[in-house]
Amino acid sequence: MSINIEMPKLSDTMTEGTLLKWRKKVGDSVEVGDVIAEVETDKATMEMEAFDEGVLSEIFVEEGQKVDVGQKLAILTEPGEKKPTKAESKPPAKAKAETPEAEAKKEPAKTAPAEENKPAPKAEEEEKEEQPSSDTSERAKASPLARKIAKELGVDLGNLKGSGPGNRIVRDDVLAAAHGATKAGKAKPEPVTTAKEGAAVPVTAPGAEDKQLPLSGMRKTIAARLLESKTTIPHYYLQAEIDAEPLTRLRKEINAAAESAGRPKVTINDFILKATAVATTRVPLANAAFQGESILQHGRVQLACAVAIEEGLVTPVIRDADKKSLSEISAAIKDLATRARSKKLKPEEYQGGTITVSNLGGYGVEHFFAIINPPQSVIVSVGAIVKKPVVNAAGQIVVGERMMLGLSCDHRVVDGAVGAQFLAELKKLLENPPLMLI
Amino acid sequence: MAVITYREALKQALAEEIERDENVVILGEEVAQYNGAYKVTEGLWKQYGDDRLIDTPISEAGFIGMGIGAAMLGLRPVMELMFWSFAYVTYDQIVNNAGCIRYMSGGLINLPIVIRGPANAGTNVGATHSHTPENMLANMPGLKVVCPATAYDAKGLMKTAIRDNDPVMVMENTLLYGEKWEVPEEEYLIPLGLADVKREGSDITLIAHGRAVITCLKAADLLQAEHDIRAEVIDLRSIRPLDETTILSSVRKTHRALVVEENKPFCGVGAQIASMIQEQAFDDLDAPIGRISSIDAPAIYSPPVEKKQLPDAPRVIAKVLEIC
Repeated sequence: MSINIEMPKLSDTMTEGTLLKWRKKVGDSVEVGDVIAEVETDKATMEMEAFDEGVLSEIFVEEGQKVDVGQKLAILTEPGEKKPTKAESKPPAKAKAETPEAEAKKEPAKTAPAEENKPAPKAEEEEKEEQPSSDTSERAKASPLARKIAKELGVDLGNLKGSGPGNRIVRDDVLAAAHGATKAGKAKPEPVTTAKEGAAVPVTAPGAEDKQLPLSGMRKTIAARLLESKTTIPHYYLQAEIDAEPLTRLRKEINAAAESAGRPKVTINDFILKATAVATTRVPLANAAFQGESILQHGRVQLACAVAIEEGLVTPVIRDADKKSLSEISAAIKDLATRARSKKLKPEEYQGGTITVSNLGGYGVEHFFAIINPPQSVIVSVGAIVKKPVVNAAGQIVVGERMMLGLSCDHRVVDGAVGAQFLAELKKLLENPPLMLI
Repeated sequence: MAVITYREALKQALAEEIERDENVVILGEEVAQYNGAYKVTEGLWKQYGDDRLIDTPISEAGFIGMGIGAAMLGLRPVMELMFWSFAYVTYDQIVNNAGCIRYMSGGLINLPIVIRGPANAGTNVGATHSHTPENMLANMPGLKVVCPATAYDAKGLMKTAIRDNDPVMVMENTLLYGEKWEVPEEEYLIPLGLADVKREGSDITLIAHGRAVITCLKAADLLQAEHDIRAEVIDLRSIRPLDETTILSSVRKTHRALVVEENKPFCGVGAQIASMIQEQAFDDLDAPIGRISSIDAPAIYSPPVEKKQLPDAPRVIAKVLEIC
């Protein structure tokens, strides 16, 4: 009996994956638990293990090819069994070739704006040629209105995910695609005039010096999640300046002691993470998620921390940060960040955060406001520590070390006064850092 | 503006037309001395006498035939059926004679007759007294069918029906007779074949007639309050002639349609409308057209089950949520 090996869903948000490398080749025998291939998801590179044993008899997807979740990748047969017949093993036609020519055909609006009215039917014809057995399930499920607008705007329905009942592609999906955006939440339909305005916006043809960058899985996820956040969450922003002098002083003392004891050093960011965890336990509403009919207030602090990596960013989560000491937090984030940069994080390591810290201080940014990481309600934005003149308690101008903290809050959960209370707690802890250690 | 019952609105229409035109007469079982089985003609016999209100034997085939003959000779009879369910015993008169005479006489004979009475289920009077034949009669070229949902519409449509030169079937509803609406003191007429947008909306069009309109308005309130869905409610008022323009322009605005009726589903009014929409506004649809109707069985006699047979607001809402 032959077993199909399909592209697994390796994370909550994964819809497609790139088969980076086959670790087994046709004819190899495979044991349960053997790594068959490496797969790049929207978040990480992961090893794909075999769940059954047998002989890898046929491979349908080449290395570097991007395929949808659930699509057939290979066939495993029992030792000695014959290869399945040609008809059975015909690769699915929808495998997306990553060659530039194929991309150009699928997204003609970008490269050939003059042919905007043609592409949809063209793509369908090609599919039919590839698959003479007329399988109607391959036809995108779209409403008549969505089809009409897609044709007008030159949007290829084959590349869209439907948000209507039964995943039907509806008007809003086509409009969102035409505007280069993923549909965010259940937005109310825009007036049809917008569609026409959208059509009128000319798509700039790339010049000789321009480069078209294909979207990685991670880039798509970032685009969709942050658009959803900024368009559906009522953000508001608070800011406070922190006297960072006690913090830098304490850090120096701790690190001097650590150095002589041969223990790892702590960073300013470790203190901020610790302070955030402590402040969150004191203002629990900052650790909550809006759920439409109710608000879910989390019992523990799952502290996410934005980490920039080559392709974009991830937010690995320090588990139960409210129960962790400064050095435990420091060790946890160091390990997570290192593995994030080499794309070795497991999905459970960047999922389930309840509040996020984003620190751009290392880049010299003095203050900013990050976009909330849904379904969370609060994100802390940390700026650089800068020396500047400050008026001290005695009324004199002296050199101070200051740091700006920004807070972006979801007003549906965290009202202004609650946000202010949370920020005040953070300020108090960071200006009196020993408080966070007890 | 006066607030009066649906029943009172109908009576005012009949009285005003009796006053206006000496050819208007009312015939039916117990319409005169007993004041009508459902009291729609209450007091009219006392006021206008034997020449204008005539009690008939319990023989629909006989007296509807008599009314058709009177109309052929120039009167404008308003025939009451105690229930539209009894139209089946006079089906031949209505369909073969009333419906065909203008065509078969080469347009020489008009038939200005109104046949009116309640056509609804939901009152525990049993399967043989609960029929809603609007779809069957609208299926006959030559007949017009109206189903007023409010007192205002009942009065305006009844007066127009009496003045119309073709046979008009007016289907009322016993569950609405006692309900009250605002009705102007001054005279007004509502043309046949003109639907009424009872509530404006942007997300889905609910198309209904008769009491289903009231159900849809309730559902639309809840949809807005609980689901942020703005439903537009179209009251067809007249099944035939059918106001396709109003339906289509609404669907072109909302891109979704649900047809709601208390009629049975098979070959119902909703089937006609769904077919018309997909034919003429296919490219405007963002979802399949939905239909809600009475559950497909004879009118159920067990009261708890009977309650479930007719469409109610929760059923409409559930279907809308499926579509939107």
